[in-house]
Amino acid sequence: MDPLSWGGIFAQIFVQFTPVWIAIVVVFAASIYFKRKLGLYGKLFDSNIGMIGFALVLFWIFTALFADQIITHDPLVQVSGMKNASPGAPVPDGTEGGAFYILGGDNLARDVFSRMVAGSTVVMQIAPLATLFAFMVGITLGLPAAFYGGALDTTLSFLANLILAFPVILLFYLLVTPEIVETGLPSFMAMVLFVFPLVFMWVLLNSRFYTQPQKQKIYLSAVVVIGGLLYLSLISQDRTPINFWPDALDLFDIPGGILIVFVAVVFVNSPTVFRIVRGIAMDVKTRDYVAAAQTRGEGPWYTMLWEILPNARGPLIVDFCLRIGYTTILLGTLGFFGLGLPPESPDWGTTINDGRRLLSIYPHPAIVPAMALMSLVLGLNLLADGLREESMRD
Amino acid sequence: MALFILRRLGVMLLTILCLTFIVFFLTNLHPNLEKLAKTQGNMRMTDEQVESWLDARGYTRPVVVRYGEWLGIVPGWTGEDGDGNPTGRCYSQGLGLADGAEPPTRCGVLQGYWGYSTVFKAPVLDITMTRLGLTGILMFWVMLVMVPMALLIGVLAGMREGSRLDRSLSTVSIASTATPEYVSGVILIAVFASSAVGLRWFNGTATSAMDNVTFANFTLPVITIALYGMGYIARMTRASMTEVMTAQYIRTARLKGVSFSNIVIKHALRNALIAPFTVIMLQFPWLLNGVVIVETLFNYKGFGWTLVQAAGNNDIELLLGVSVVSVVVVLVTQLISDIGYVYLNPRIRIS
Repeated sequence: MDPLSWGGIFAQIFVQFTPVWIAIVVVFAASIYFKRKLGLYGKLFDSNIGMIGFALVLFWIFTALFADQIITHDPLVQVSGMKNASPGAPVPDGTEGGAFYILGGDNLARDVFSRMVAGSTVVMQIAPLATLFAFMVGITLGLPAAFYGGALDTTLSFLANLILAFPVILLFYLLVTPEIVETGLPSFMAMVLFVFPLVFMWVLLNSRFYTQPQKQKIYLSAVVVIGGLLYLSLISQDRTPINFWPDALDLFDIPGGILIVFVAVVFVNSPTVFRIVRGIAMDVKTRDYVAAAQTRGEGPWYTMLWEILPNARGPLIVDFCLRIGYTTILLGTLGFFGLGLPPESPDWGTTINDGRRLLSIYPHPAIVPAMALMSLVLGLNLLADGLREESMRD
Repeated sequence: MALFILRRLGVMLLTILCLTFIVFFLTNLHPNLEKLAKTQGNMRMTDEQVESWLDARGYTRPVVVRYGEWLGIVPGWTGEDGDGNPTGRCYSQGLGLADGAEPPTRCGVLQGYWGYSTVFKAPVLDITMTRLGLTGILMFWVMLVMVPMALLIGVLAGMREGSRLDRSLSTVSIASTATPEYVSGVILIAVFASSAVGLRWFNGTATSAMDNVTFANFTLPVITIALYGMGYIARMTRASMTEVMTAQYIRTARLKGVSFSNIVIKHALRNALIAPFTVIMLQFPWLLNGVVIVETLFNYKGFGWTLVQAAGNNDIELLLGVSVVSVVVVLVTQLISDIGYVYLNPRIRIS
């Protein structure tokens, strides 16, 4: 068979992404049709920049979801004779999967296109969730720091500045090396960091339903049972020092390396979120409705979580989008230095690192994941910009 | 003002102490020491041999004491080796002692002894200083390219908010913040230095730039770092410029009939550049990351490259030295940015 021409390559890529195109068109059509009823999300469709950003983000979300339908080959399988194959090269007869390596082969003869698509799943699993966790940590610590001030604020700010003074890469090299993993330090950090979402949910519901003991009991026990189970399944991993939870109750085991990377990224992001939340909360604290709530006799946590936090949501949502992008960049950095994730992992940072050794002769194995990473981060940044513009308009 | 600086200096010292202790603790965890023993001694050592190796070199004593010795506030440990000769922290090579000279009692960072690198076989202080010099050259060129470009883009975009120029320049700066160094570096090398595209304008490595900086071998690394940092500074400049342009005194100047270019250059620019100054100083920790990535990618053996080598090869004392320097650089730039902000902004200075 003849190799594909460049036109053929693009046509083939377009065809492979069919489920993604359909999903994006459906989401856009529905959102634009109902946009007046959808609040801030609907307003996003008034700004071109916001729409472009949202389309890029949606593209990667759906790519991650439909990855199994999109890939043409197994991202880990090596096909002999396809080492560093150029884009559009046909695979030998009798190989499983598609007839071509659409974007060529890497230096271990794996399909670059399929690896890029499979990599999106890894990135989209970790980045948004890690950002969410970092926000939970940042909010749970940032609100009381701003609200109470004093020694609590000084201590927490000092600790946050301590972490922020580390260059990120140094911190990664200190936390994610195999020797440190062996000591179980990341597992202990996971234990501490993953408590925060639980605490957050508990305090959130407790302060809201304090006056309705019936509902309070139901919600809080739900948090403790479901959250506790998730928490224990999450922190208790095989082959780490923390492995006490019986396997029968262990809902899931996270594949090697991912938990460590996750912890490192949450740890690096939390202090910045803390500073942002603290700054906004300091400002919102002086408003009249906060004083009104206090006069009414609401408790401090109610005031923080149900009066201050909802009124700080605008900048926080914008920062959330930006921070997912930054987390993606951090994940790529970890992969680029070969830290944390296993070397055959298809995530973008690791593939860029693999591809860069032969960059001046075969650029395609590194360029493809690089472009993918850039487009996702660009989409998130444009989305954040669109949201900021639209939320400032009213 | 003096009190403010003094207080900031105090906090900074405390931060440095805490951070160096954390790094010391993390690099001296037992698995790291075990690996050190095996790489320095013998790969096939048994656990007991590892323990005795560590014991003979003073690694088994409490971390806090060893941290004190490393700092130079606690006298270095002394002992005897198998032949009855005295050994100790202050006897080690790299201290440059003459034969038979009596070693000092304290030898730590404060006395100017930073340890001995196991990878480069040289004193840590010498390595860090030469490498820092190389990175300084890189940083200098990055700043020279990045800051004027970013300020220009920011000012041009911010002087007429919402115009087409503003929109296109803002999109450019968003795109540049979305391109981390390892992405732009890879793309730039592929386009300008690979045989696949064929435009072989620049070199794909910067190794030769360590002796002799030329246009061909230094352009790509400098552009790569500058691109990522540029977008952020440009956005901050734009934000501060748009704010200034809506101020009362600009309106007054306009009504007086001052030409637009005069308003921008003489009235707006000075006030609009206060905020970017802080941002530029706070960029240093970020640039440090960029430097690590770019030096690894382009094989430029500077400070960032040394960090990766030290961390990757478990070179404990070198990693400690590198960490101290980078943390101090970050904290000093933060201090300068705070003081500079107060100094530049008369409203804060007077209150």
